[in-house]
Amino acid sequence: MAFARIQWPERVLAGDVVKVRLLVRHPMDTGYLQDLLGKLVPRNVIRSLTCTWGQQEVFRVEPSSGISANPLFEFFVRADQTADMLVEWTDDRGVKGSLRQTLQVLPKPSA
Amino acid sequence: MKWPTLTRREGLRQMLRVGLYGATAQFWPSFAQDMASGQLLSVAQMMAPLTQGARVLQQDVKIMAPVLADNGTLVPITAQVQSPMTAQDHVTHLYLLSQRNPVTQMAVFHMGPWNGRAEVSTRLRLAGTQQVVALARLSNGEFRYGQMEIIVTESACVDAS
Repeated sequence: MAFARIQWPERVLAGDVVKVRLLVRHPMDTGYLQDLLGKLVPRNVIRSLTCTWGQQEVFRVEPSSGISANPLFEFFVRADQTADMLVEWTDDRGVKGSLRQTLQVLPKPSA
Repeated sequence: MKWPTLTRREGLRQMLRVGLYGATAQFWPSFAQDMASGQLLSVAQMMAPLTQGARVLQQDVKIMAPVLADNGTLVPITAQVQSPMTAQDHVTHLYLLSQRNPVTQMAVFHMGPWNGRAEVSTRLRLAGTQQVVALARLSNGEFRYGQMEIIVTESACVDAS
């Protein structure tokens, strides 16, 4: 089950530094914990997650078991022009997920 | 049916045996859970495999996190690096390192001048009270780090069952 949500401010002007919030639904099993029957749950964490905005890879994270379940990432991006934000991730089981959302950038009002 | 008779001497012996077993069990070392590492690493030990002898300074990196985290499975943290984030001078990698977790490197963030601001937030999983280090690699090959002690009441490395 691949599910993610990405969020940024409603009004983004060209040249702004924008805070992007990304939430991915993932169990992030550490491989050290046991289930209710006492069996070790095998490790299953996100290996790598990339955010590509237009052609530019703006953010990449390689988490380990030290990141909590349903990981949240917040980072900043300098907004230049309207483009698609593509989020892609892969976990230990080889399950891939992706999310595409357009980041609308308004032209800067000439003051 | 004849029960085996227990003499006073035999009974005392049995009691002594049970007592000795109990005492031995008391002093038997107890182990928590099977973890890859149980010892605390020093800050230098945590950073050495990443820095590989490059210049490391404790400045310009700020960690914002709760001083006391009730639950180690979810600790919000923000790491901020003072950097102009221009093409000449920017942060290329930001590592989050843990002193006590079985996996020292909790996450690595790849960044560049397109980010505009060297700040990242996430949520950590911590195995007990420890120092958390944010190590930033600058574009000129140097490293900056900041550290913070987070007190964790309940470790993330206990079973959910």
